[in-house]
Amino acid sequence: MKKLGLFGVMAALLRREVSVALRQKGEVLTPLVFFVVVASLFPLGVGPESALLLRMAPGVLWVSALLAAMLSLQRLFATDHADGSLEQMALSSTPLGLLVAAKALAHFLLSGLPLVLMAPVLGLQFGLESRSLGILMLTLLLGTPTLSLIGSIGAALTLGVRGAGVLLSLLILPLYIPVLIFGAGAVEADAAGLGIGGHLSLLAALLVLSVFFAPLATKTALRISLE
Amino acid sequence: MAGANGVGKTSLLRMVCGLAPIESGRILWNDTPIHSQSDVYRQDLCYLGHLNALQESMTVNENLVFTAALAGNAPEPTRLQEVLAHFGVRGRGEQLVKHLSQGQKRRVALSRLALSQARLWVLDEPFVAMDEKGVRMLADLIAGHLGKGGLAVITSHQQVDIGTLAPQMLELRA
Repeated sequence: MKKLGLFGVMAALLRREVSVALRQKGEVLTPLVFFVVVASLFPLGVGPESALLLRMAPGVLWVSALLAAMLSLQRLFATDHADGSLEQMALSSTPLGLLVAAKALAHFLLSGLPLVLMAPVLGLQFGLESRSLGILMLTLLLGTPTLSLIGSIGAALTLGVRGAGVLLSLLILPLYIPVLIFGAGAVEADAAGLGIGGHLSLLAALLVLSVFFAPLATKTALRISLE
Repeated sequence: MAGANGVGKTSLLRMVCGLAPIESGRILWNDTPIHSQSDVYRQDLCYLGHLNALQESMTVNENLVFTAALAGNAPEPTRLQEVLAHFGVRGRGEQLVKHLSQGQKRRVALSRLALSQARLWVLDEPFVAMDEKGVRMLADLIAGHLGKGGLAVITSHQQVDIGTLAPQMLELRA
């Protein structure tokens, strides 16, 4: 029998996550539709004044994206926990932290990346210029993987808990604040004619930190949940 | 391993696997505590609990390939067919797991054992929900594993004759 290396095992997990999600298309589409609906509610709520909308756009789009990315987090480990697959992952000779990282990557590809691609369409509704749209996409691209990674900690901590959804939001939303501030801030700073290098560097730093620490924290939380 | 319901058979097995913490005593594998060599130990371990660990929206083959991948193995497609045929689920490879019956799911879960290269099998009630033929087949599989120098820890409520080797019986009492 052929042997797989560490990356082979991670790739197998990634393939599995993607193929399961593509068979349950609702799971991929729900966050995306949520994103579109929430972001479209704001112009209806605050009126069609274009200066105001333009001013609000980065913040509104970022908050909507953040909430949408959180929608599917609860199921990140729940199905695997219920059917026993999570136990098998915990007993794999591949470090659980790497498997968790692969799961977070799958979460980003399936719920973060579609948001990044949808964002410019919604940005147009708010009258953002093409330059701002580009920066919005860039910040989302740097920020949403961080959201998936931090979210995986919350998903692991609330595994098997009653009312996990609400608890998960309470745990995770405060941790999302820095990503939100620098993500939305970059678009605003650029519109005001300031440099965005600092914002992007901080977003990238948050991403690097969470790539390193989030899988470790998630792994520990999962082992405790499985006891 | 035998014992009344609720006496702690599953808990003990989960401790043996390193999933549950040990309150007192030690669990050694090759004279080393399992917690200080968990990576090595997990390579030698194949655990099958009450849950089948099958993802319902994937096909039987995809499930088997994935669980084999977790152990670092990439089985050939022909080998998968062989194993499924041996377990009486021939030709179900491309079917989604959710379309199988309970007994068939259990058989698919058990066929993981045949693909595993682990030396230690930890099986929690493997004979439950199996028909007479299934029990015989599983007993033969375990006998084959033991014959090759493997080790198996099994909980069961029924006495099953596993080949010529004399098993060590442990009866748990509250």
